Amino acid sequence: MSKLYTGAEIVFKCMEDQNVEFIFGYPGGAVLPIYDELKNHEGIKHILVRHEQGAGHAAEGYARSCGKPGVVLVTSGPGATNVVTALTDAYMDSIPLVCISGQVPTHLIGTDAFQECDTTGITRPCTKHNWLVKDVKDLAKTIHKAFEVATSGRPGPVLVDIPKDIQFQKAKYTNFKKQKKLNGKSNNRFSQKDIDKLIEMMSKATQPIFYTGGGVINSGPKASQQLRELVSITGFPITSTLQGLGSFPGDDNQFLGMLGMHGTYEANNAMHDCDLMINIGARFDDRITGKIDEFSPKSKKVHIDIDPSSINKNVKVDLPIIGDVSDVISLLIKTIKKNKPNFLKSNKENTSKWWEQIAKWRSVNSLNFVNSDKTIKPQFAIQRLYELTKNKDTFITTEVGQHQMWAAQHYKFDKPNRWMTSGGLGTMGYGLPAAVGVQIAHPDKLVVDIAGEASVLMTMQEMSTAVQYNLPIKIFILNNEYMGMVRQWQELLHEKNYSESYTAALPNFVKLAEAYGCVGIRAKTPDELDQKIQEMIDIKKPVIFDCLVDKEENCFPMIPSGKPHNQMLLGPNDQEENKITGKGKTLV
Amino acid sequence: MAKSKSAYSDPGKKGKLDTHIIVVWVDNEAGVLARVAGLFSGRGYNIESLAVAEVDPKRGISRITIVTTGTPQVIEQIKLQLGKLIPVHKVADFMRGDKKIIFKEMALLKLVGNTSKRNKALKVCKKFNPVVLDKTQKSVVLQITALRREIDTVMGDLKKFGLVSVSRTGAVAMTRGSEIFK
Repeated sequence: MSKLYTGAEIVFKCMEDQNVEFIFGYPGGAVLPIYDELKNHEGIKHILVRHEQGAGHAAEGYARSCGKPGVVLVTSGPGATNVVTALTDAYMDSIPLVCISGQVPTHLIGTDAFQECDTTGITRPCTKHNWLVKDVKDLAKTIHKAFEVATSGRPGPVLVDIPKDIQFQKAKYTNFKKQKKLNGKSNNRFSQKDIDKLIEMMSKATQPIFYTGGGVINSGPKASQQLRELVSITGFPITSTLQGLGSFPGDDNQFLGMLGMHGTYEANNAMHDCDLMINIGARFDDRITGKIDEFSPKSKKVHIDIDPSSINKNVKVDLPIIGDVSDVISLLIKTIKKNKPNFLKSNKENTSKWWEQIAKWRSVNSLNFVNSDKTIKPQFAIQRLYELTKNKDTFITTEVGQHQMWAAQHYKFDKPNRWMTSGGLGTMGYGLPAAVGVQIAHPDKLVVDIAGEASVLMTMQEMSTAVQYNLPIKIFILNNEYMGMVRQWQELLHEKNYSESYTAALPNFVKLAEAYGCVGIRAKTPDELDQKIQEMIDIKKPVIFDCLVDKEENCFPMIPSGKPHNQMLLGPNDQEENKITGKGKTLV
Repeated sequence: MAKSKSAYSDPGKKGKLDTHIIVVWVDNEAGVLARVAGLFSGRGYNIESLAVAEVDPKRGISRITIVTTGTPQVIEQIKLQLGKLIPVHKVADFMRGDKKIIFKEMALLKLVGNTSKRNKALKVCKKFNPVVLDKTQKSVVLQITALRREIDTVMGDLKKFGLVSVSRTGAVAMTRGSEIFK
């Protein structure tokens, strides 16, 4: 008879088979048997966070920066409810997470026991799937399936809820067998015909554009390489969503910058006026489309996505291609090379007028801002950070708000998996724990969380985690004492009624850093900025960098609520004639 | 055109609402109905009726029949979103009024009254395969199978014949002829 293992041992055997190296977690009553087993598995390192939300975001940062699923271990009740924000965040941004939660013993389920909650009920809408394991014999199978669901197709979070008695009970361990398909759900549903049709549309187009998103990153580093090749052999302009940044070099001439609510003038106008839009791994999110019935009115739209439910969800498309981005692009490139070896040449003529128009839009220089020699402009701070870190293969995480948009606009990425930001859910407090996870995955790389002082306070306790594991993360706070994006909206939409968006009694971030056992640096003027940033980079310890910036700077350009792409606000002087009226105000 | 609260959607272009019958084959496991129903409530789709039971005990497959209304785009989304759920094997979609499909609902009707009233009630139900399930001196429980609006009509007609209680199922559906949905 084969050996029997306890549920807790089976959890670790599964993780070993899945090549898990790190678990982000927090112990508690209902997971103690699993924590007891930890000592017997040297290959798996546990990272103790300070709040379960931090564990979730750290696992997200880990997953996004290295492509492997992040693993989270939490206890029942509050442990599970605290991780819900991170699970929802991962669900919205398609990040593979496997969350293992303890549960009260099976005989106590339903009795309102201490630290009991309906974990699978609560997490059902924010996971791809979840399981309550009621029989130890199902445990191994369930965990392996959980990894498979999290990482296959459009990735996302899953949760396995394990009652405490199951962790003690014994069963045989069933080895991991890789299944080809989940209930017959395969990823690629496109044919050569679709590709041929796309190429026909591409060769007819005179105003084409690639609109790429996080799907390219999720498809793996190879997809980014292929995208670069595709863009170069077609000569088409390309724009990227917030999540897609890094899949194409940010300083390339064919790149129009990010599109959307705070995207560049050229990217948004090109989206509006194009005659062929090729969406690769993006989802027509409302931050991208603006007013949906005036979204790119003249274009034929092609949508390449692994998730069939993304097709025609927000925007009707003319040619859907359902498949893994990498597989689609590789067949596309192959077919172009075979059937239209002169594509680029013939295309140059077709699109020359289009490029002239784009050059005109570019000359508006929409990311421009009025710099100052007295106060640090937040955009300037990001530009300096970029210049001083660009040769270091730097990993950037962000919180949510103005600083996030400035980072997206002014920090240029040239590799995938270097940019970790909460786009879908917009979770303030994401960046600091995410940086912890990124640094775990890349111990020798420079990891910077571009933060706002309001966001970073939401998960500030994770500095303690960074100190415990010697993770030299840099928290680069653009401190304007306001919830900047809230303040900006109040200025533009609510007659400058800055209701509750100012934070009085902020902590002294330098002293706070010291209290945590890391280093605090403060920059007050533009002329000391470079030297202080360099100091931050050189310190091999976690740093909180308190960058005091202009308090009233707004993030431009901006598509105001309820307006289409071609009606952007370019700067403070542009507001009067483009006032946001009635119905735009009700939008978020 | 009515003014919309949101500028993201245009109510002027909203398509016509159609009634569809969505049939979903799922693994009969704990929580699967909550997943399906939660998907509908979470995404703002509506459920007119719902019928669910295991149809293949050997493989543990249940068949869920949902009657819903929506624009063609919403119906398409419902099918695709259902297809993404892990325990879902396949999803079928039929338009109400499709001649190739049989739809049926069942209702139990309790009537209290004298023999003549009860006989008249039976006559009203004649077209809908009435079965007398229980009979006493002053009451009768009838079972009928019919379409939703037929049952609505019967219920209205039976009021004057002593209808005191109604219990109805959701619709179930099946294709006509030898073909089955793959």
